[in-house]
Amino acid sequence: MFHARKLVLAHFWVAFVAFFVAILLGEWQMYIRSPLHAWVNNPEHYYRSVTAHGTVMGYVLPTLVAMGFGYAITEITLKRPLIGLRWAWAGFWLVIVGTLMAAATTAAGKSSVLYTFYPPMIASPFYYLGIVLVVVGSWIWVALMSINLRAWKKANAGETVPLAMYGNVAGAYLWAWTSVGAASEILVLILPASLGLTDTINAGLARVLFSWTLHAIVYFWLVPAYIVFYTIFPKAIGGRLYSDTMGRIAFALFLVFSMPIGIHHLFADPQVGSGFKFVHAAMTAMVSIPTFLTVFTIVASAEVVGRLRGGTGPFGWVKSLPWSNPMMLAVTYAFIMLGFGGAGGLINMSYQLNETIHNTQWVTGHFHLIFAGAIVIMYFMAAYEMWPQLKNSAPLSAGLIRAQLTLWFVGMMVLTMPWHLVGLLGAPRRMAYYDYTNPALHPQAITVTMSTFGGLLLVISAALFIYVLATARTQSAPVAPYSFSKAVHPHTKTPASLNSLGLWVAMMIALTVVNYGYPIAQLAATPNASVPIIPIGER
Amino acid sequence: MTSPIQPGSSADNHQISEDVANAAERRWAIIVILIILSLLAMMIFTGLHWAAMPPSRVESVDVRTLHIKGEFVESNLGTTVEKDGRVVVRLIAQQYSFSPQCIVVPAGTQVTFRGTSTDAIHGFVIGRTNANTMLVPGFVSTFTTSFPKTGEQLMPCHEYCGIGHEAMWAHVQVISPEEFFAKAKASERLNCVPR
Repeated sequence: MFHARKLVLAHFWVAFVAFFVAILLGEWQMYIRSPLHAWVNNPEHYYRSVTAHGTVMGYVLPTLVAMGFGYAITEITLKRPLIGLRWAWAGFWLVIVGTLMAAATTAAGKSSVLYTFYPPMIASPFYYLGIVLVVVGSWIWVALMSINLRAWKKANAGETVPLAMYGNVAGAYLWAWTSVGAASEILVLILPASLGLTDTINAGLARVLFSWTLHAIVYFWLVPAYIVFYTIFPKAIGGRLYSDTMGRIAFALFLVFSMPIGIHHLFADPQVGSGFKFVHAAMTAMVSIPTFLTVFTIVASAEVVGRLRGGTGPFGWVKSLPWSNPMMLAVTYAFIMLGFGGAGGLINMSYQLNETIHNTQWVTGHFHLIFAGAIVIMYFMAAYEMWPQLKNSAPLSAGLIRAQLTLWFVGMMVLTMPWHLVGLLGAPRRMAYYDYTNPALHPQAITVTMSTFGGLLLVISAALFIYVLATARTQSAPVAPYSFSKAVHPHTKTPASLNSLGLWVAMMIALTVVNYGYPIAQLAATPNASVPIIPIGER
Repeated sequence: MTSPIQPGSSADNHQISEDVANAAERRWAIIVILIILSLLAMMIFTGLHWAAMPPSRVESVDVRTLHIKGEFVESNLGTTVEKDGRVVVRLIAQQYSFSPQCIVVPAGTQVTFRGTSTDAIHGFVIGRTNANTMLVPGFVSTFTTSFPKTGEQLMPCHEYCGIGHEAMWAHVQVISPEEFFAKAKASERLNCVPR
């Protein structure tokens, strides 16, 4: 096994090095807008930094992790060499070239549009072309995942697709479809304006197209983390998965409900009517179902382990869990952050409650808890689990990993809790500095200092993560082949609908068309909607 | 709590424990769906009963002629009492300020905001209230709210609109309705921008 070893390593290393650079930028942003530092001399530097931080964290890191982890899952679970290794390398290089293009343009100050692409501010075409290359590179991965699964199914007719692979391919299809929104925004609206072919743009339509990608992309980031929950965690703590079927249902539901929800980001926008806002709010509520089911199944899997280790009573099993196991610790931290972040998410999606916190620092707090907290901590675990396979190394130091995870958890809580608080007080997001001499803002200064301190813990944790990976020592004896968790009741017959993704993909596309078709058509036909563009970096 | 599994053949035990697992799963799924349904019911109830809705209606406006004709010419910006008695605030946002920069509103009265942008995407939130909207060029944002307490509130732009974004703050003065309506008689458009 492992023809793709170098491929996976390349994806992981690029992802994590970019991640480390981006986290330094993030901490710099918190520092310069805290009272610890004078106002930034040129606010544009701040927005350049936010653009780079968001572009790496939102597009480069999760895409590369999902791709690399996906290739590893394919070879491990299907137990055969990856089909299309050369294509996979081509996809990798496309992502690299695209990232470098976007990074160079951002560093030069030609693309300070943040990472959310909200025209009429338009960056240099090289920035958008870079993003397009990243997406096209990842589409090669999508195709390869589909091709590999198909080939395996043909050779193993009637067998159940391994759960990790099922989730992996569901994530790939989800990404393929959700990226269509931003891709069409860039290709149809932004690039023509950026290249100078047109000097006006429909800003409202662009926002709606971007919202197609904007929320579902979070579930694409989430899928690798859920694969770790379902197929690595139970075995890592010495147990089995409580229910294989529930894992399949969760992945399938993510596929269906992730897409038709993006308009909840536009609750305060004038270009979408209240009807579709309500429909998307309702759909966003539905997408919490797979997470609720997952929390139940994963906690139940842990309970089985706790009871086997002698725990009794309603809570006694919690005490007897293997707490010194890094995976136990990581999933616990992830669930706590998912709990706070998810509660915040229910507020964001609520048709009415959203108005209190829309576009405030609360939102930043929410998505850092969910993504940088619950999801990235699972990316760490995916890397730690795969590393001995990839490097043929001895087991990594559990002590260092525990310290790294704990720093990450504490840092993330210290970073985001003050953000939630000031968000409720109406602090706007995306500010290069705050005027703390204003009596209304003065009391908030302390919260920014706290977040800066939390960010520092995160920087230390990220450095420790890189250190653990970089110092893994290769050993001479080959490492035993990796295997994913088995279910407690593995003999359950998997229904055909949960052994393939066709039905769910069809539902995903149909629901998207129903939920986006009319708003998009209406906006495209709205008079006066095209407004002059504002090029960035031409002062 | 379920009763302990009776000894029997291992296949039997396996079947029994699987049934227990499935039943627990099903109960949880039902609870989850009930939670979601109750959230949706709350959204519908507060939407219909309190008329609590996010800003709506799709209304476009020509950004190129905004300054010279129609509702958003400079002389028409600020707070006014319409013929039908509604209090309406009209404002525009541009890089990097709001017009007017200081807005006067009466406390405890329904106030309708109508705003748009002349260039990039802007937005604002007023202090700790729920007055929160995006201003998208080409579209008119409308929402109605009321301010329970008198006092001065900050009104920052909350969407990144270029390098001056962080300096784009306006003020809102909430005054008593008596004072407001007395002032409103004296002049047509109210604001609190120092002259």
